[in-house]
Amino acid sequence: MSFSPSLGFAKLFLPSPSLLNFMALDSTAFSPTSLDEAYELLTRFVSQAKIIAGGTDLMVLMNARQLNAERFIDIWALNELRGISDEGETIRIGALTTYTQLIKSPLIQLHAPALAEASRTIGAIQIQNRGTIGGNIVNASPAGDSLPVLAAFDAEVEVGSVRGVRRIGFNEFYTGYRKTVMAADEIVLAVRAPKLKPGERSFFYKVGTRRAQAISKIVMAVKAKTTDGMINSINISLGSVAPTVIRAPQTESLLANATLNDEVIWQAATHLSKEVSPITDMRSTEHYRRKVARNALAKILSQMV
Amino acid sequence: MCIVSVISVISVAKNVCPNLVWSDLEAKKSMKLNFRVNGVEREIDAPPMKRLLDALREDLRLTGTKEGCGEGECGACSVIVDGEALNSCLAPVCQMQNANIITVEGLARDGKLDPLQQAFLECGAAQCGICTPGMLIAARALLDANRRPSRDEIKEAIAGNLCRCTGYVKIIDAIEQAASAA
Ligand SMILES: Cc1cc2nc3c(=O)[nH]c(=O)nc-3n(C[C@H](O)[C@H](O)[C@H](O)COP(=O)(O)OP(=O)(O)OC[C@H]3O[C@@H](n4cnc5c(N)ncnc54)[C@H](O)[C@@H]3O)c2cc1C
Ligand code: FES
Ligand code: FES
Repeated sequence: MSFSPSLGFAKLFLPSPSLLNFMALDSTAFSPTSLDEAYELLTRFVSQAKIIAGGTDLMVLMNARQLNAERFIDIWALNELRGISDEGETIRIGALTTYTQLIKSPLIQLHAPALAEASRTIGAIQIQNRGTIGGNIVNASPAGDSLPVLAAFDAEVEVGSVRGVRRIGFNEFYTGYRKTVMAADEIVLAVRAPKLKPGERSFFYKVGTRRAQAISKIVMAVKAKTTDGMINSINISLGSVAPTVIRAPQTESLLANATLNDEVIWQAATHLSKEVSPITDMRSTEHYRRKVARNALAKILSQMV
Repeated sequence: MCIVSVISVISVAKNVCPNLVWSDLEAKKSMKLNFRVNGVEREIDAPPMKRLLDALREDLRLTGTKEGCGEGECGACSVIVDGEALNSCLAPVCQMQNANIITVEGLARDGKLDPLQQAFLECGAAQCGICTPGMLIAARALLDANRRPSRDEIKEAIAGNLCRCTGYVKIIDAIEQAASAA
């Protein structure tokens, strides 16, 4: 599976898989064992080397001959990039943390449950064991399922290079379709999500063709604080309805301080269906996505009443 | 000017990380890999980005692991690495240094089938057989972590394994049977 719409069709015209992989046999890979080594390699090769983490996006492209690089920097051995830690107000998640680790983490279950929920819908077990949150972030697909959760949580991405470490607000991280603010020699080190505060809840909803191995037709995450059916604050985020993961600021402000009832819910949900800008592609149509965005929000809001 | 700056970057880098020998970094097309496959220490020389699937089938002649899709969808190429199932079509061998790998060939012990293999036979859970090695591996990984899975847990564990013949019911029956026999 790849997020490129042409892949399935293109495969028909390609020679047998072992031949496909021939190009990869010509490349070299470095497996640094410390972050400093990785920085040096990136400084030296900059855009002539491609980072590989779990490989679940990259190897698909390589096997389909949609990507080749002479050099790969394999960061899988960098244990510095693993681990989920409690930092008080926030949870820090190392870039190489896999979905399986996220699903099993008591810290995530407690403080960012929507992220565990999203992880459970990603691929199937073989993918969850290998795919990383850092890979999902940098791969920058509008359909990346962890991304709406990170957007709704106002997470922060920590990136590093020889120049040092910088933190970037998740909602400023993407600049366009599959474009990020990262420089070519930077590595994602971790992502930080603020813990849910008392009274706050998080929600996740994904629609794909089936429960496993499905790229989202639409995916939504919401973080909200309500008191007695009144919304104190709400963050709404969606994937697969725009060139990047997006927040829905208009619908958010429509709902701020609103008291939830059927009419308010329907108004907000209808507004959201107009605020998003989905396209028609091989996975779904614009019309369907607008409708499902509306229904998904209505469903989530009804759970808050 | 440009050359000078490149050299200075390299020499700075050298100072920081004595472990990196820059001459070693030039286009190394093949690397020595040591890992344990089905309990046996193996060593191969392979290009670092070679797929684990191809290393198993070509270098080690372990052709039990199958290729279905080559894109992570079908699970036919599943193997267990350090206790977790993964798709060997998506894993480059350079990530397998010192790994402990179990393929379908490693399931039977001393001429005796794994209870899962026995149950697959008894339940008629294999027809054409292309998905079977991957199914067995996914099921083995499940039972190693969860001795008495529910039917739903079994379905979840093989959700990444496609079968175009059986309709899955007999596969799920077989896994259930193996679990209750254990
Ligand atoms: C069968 C299948 C099903 C899938 N299902 C889903 C799904 O349901 N939902 C979903 O969102 N995704 C899905 N994916 C996509 C993929 O599994 C995820 O995007 C995963 O998180 C990628 O992580 P990785 O570590 O494997 O990335 P890789 O493939 O190793 O890398 C992906 C990209 O990120 C870069 N990169 C990785 N880590 C870093 C880092 N720390 N710093 C800088 N750059 C980095 C790489 O250079 C590359 O460009 C699926 C893939 C397959 C094959
Ligand atoms: S061949 Fe690896 S998942 Fe299909
Ligand atoms: S038995 Fe033929 S695909 Fe499963």
